[in-house]
Amino acid sequence: MVTENQIWQWLEEVTDPEIPVLTVVDLGVVRHVDLEHDHPIVKITPTYSGCPAMNEIEQNIKAKLKDEGLDNVEVQTVLSPPWTTDWMTEKGKQKLKEYGIAPPEGSSADKSVLFGKAKEVQCPNCGSRKTQMVSQFGSTACKALYKCEDCLEPFDYFKCI
Amino acid sequence: MQKELLEYTLRLGDNALILGQRLGEWCGYGPVLEQDIALSNIALDQLGQARMLMQYAARLKGEEYTEDKMAFFRDVTEYHNVLMLELPNDHWGFTIMRQFLFDTFNYYQYTQLLQSQDDHIKSVAQKAIKEITYHAQWSAEWVIRLGDGTEESHQKMQTALDELWQWTGEMLTPDAVDEKMREAGIGADLNKVKEEWQQKVAEILEIATLKKPEDDWMQEGGKQGEHSEHLGYILAEMQHLPRMYPEAEW
Repeated sequence: MVTENQIWQWLEEVTDPEIPVLTVVDLGVVRHVDLEHDHPIVKITPTYSGCPAMNEIEQNIKAKLKDEGLDNVEVQTVLSPPWTTDWMTEKGKQKLKEYGIAPPEGSSADKSVLFGKAKEVQCPNCGSRKTQMVSQFGSTACKALYKCEDCLEPFDYFKCI
Repeated sequence: MQKELLEYTLRLGDNALILGQRLGEWCGYGPVLEQDIALSNIALDQLGQARMLMQYAARLKGEEYTEDKMAFFRDVTEYHNVLMLELPNDHWGFTIMRQFLFDTFNYYQYTQLLQSQDDHIKSVAQKAIKEITYHAQWSAEWVIRLGDGTEESHQKMQTALDELWQWTGEMLTPDAVDEKMREAGIGADLNKVKEEWQQKVAEILEIATLKKPEDDWMQEGGKQGEHSEHLGYILAEMQHLPRMYPEAEW
């Protein structure tokens, strides 16, 4: 009999298609594993409403669990409570940084984003805080584009929501 | 009540869908790469929000409906977006000005929808408000940059604002459906949204050195399904494939 814990461990091996160093568990996208019905239900929540990776994440979760012998897994999308960068695990943030993406800084509750100033973000390459936002919207919906004024490298920042 | 809820959901969803489709036209044509990407990202957020709302609308409408059916098999008179969003993109400044006027409205509207008595609309709002906040900041910054920019950019932004003003009344003026939804605790109080919108728009326009146009006669009809000729062309492009090959899949 498969346990909830076992399923969580398997999910630790399913990675995000856009940022392959992160697993769906690191990201905080998996909200719930439910074994109370006649088939296992995995509940996931989208990071951004239009995130094109969600479909693939759903397929990858099903494929992984099928490989482990679970044929009839259902993946449900839940909207509430909405995903926030606060749910990203510390391990996940560390992995992001090593990968060259600045992890989200501070709490998502920060309202200064509205008509406010850009956040001060640490460069993942050299650690400098002398960085500048180039664009609020980066290579994917979840990232902003920054550049470092010390090492001059451009980098992505995983922005807080 | 069910009828009004469906129409209200479609108004929210169609605004997101039609604006997303319009902004998608900029993909590959933006003035600089970063801003091209920014607008495409905003389009994607709008599309994501539209999907969540179309799924709900389909559920309200009945078993045989799906989100795709709602998006691709409704015709012009069944669409409920405001007219401003179906206007052609024109130049970059015009697109930015429309975006600013709408994002600011959307921000205050969705802030109220966070308290909606309808669970699905509330969930959508909780998700969407985070994204809309970024949109509103981005478009306000661009209005300031271009308004208080060169003589030419200033002039283009002022002209865009003057042209767009007549299209702003519709989103800020409640009709019977809006009123009924507000009374039920489901929809936003548009009179309150209007006050907050006017204040924020005036504040940003002042920083952008642009002159707020006088309120005059306002265009209306989109929310009730009476559209300009532009919407037909948008739908023709957007719906062509699923209508031609109804079972098509990726």
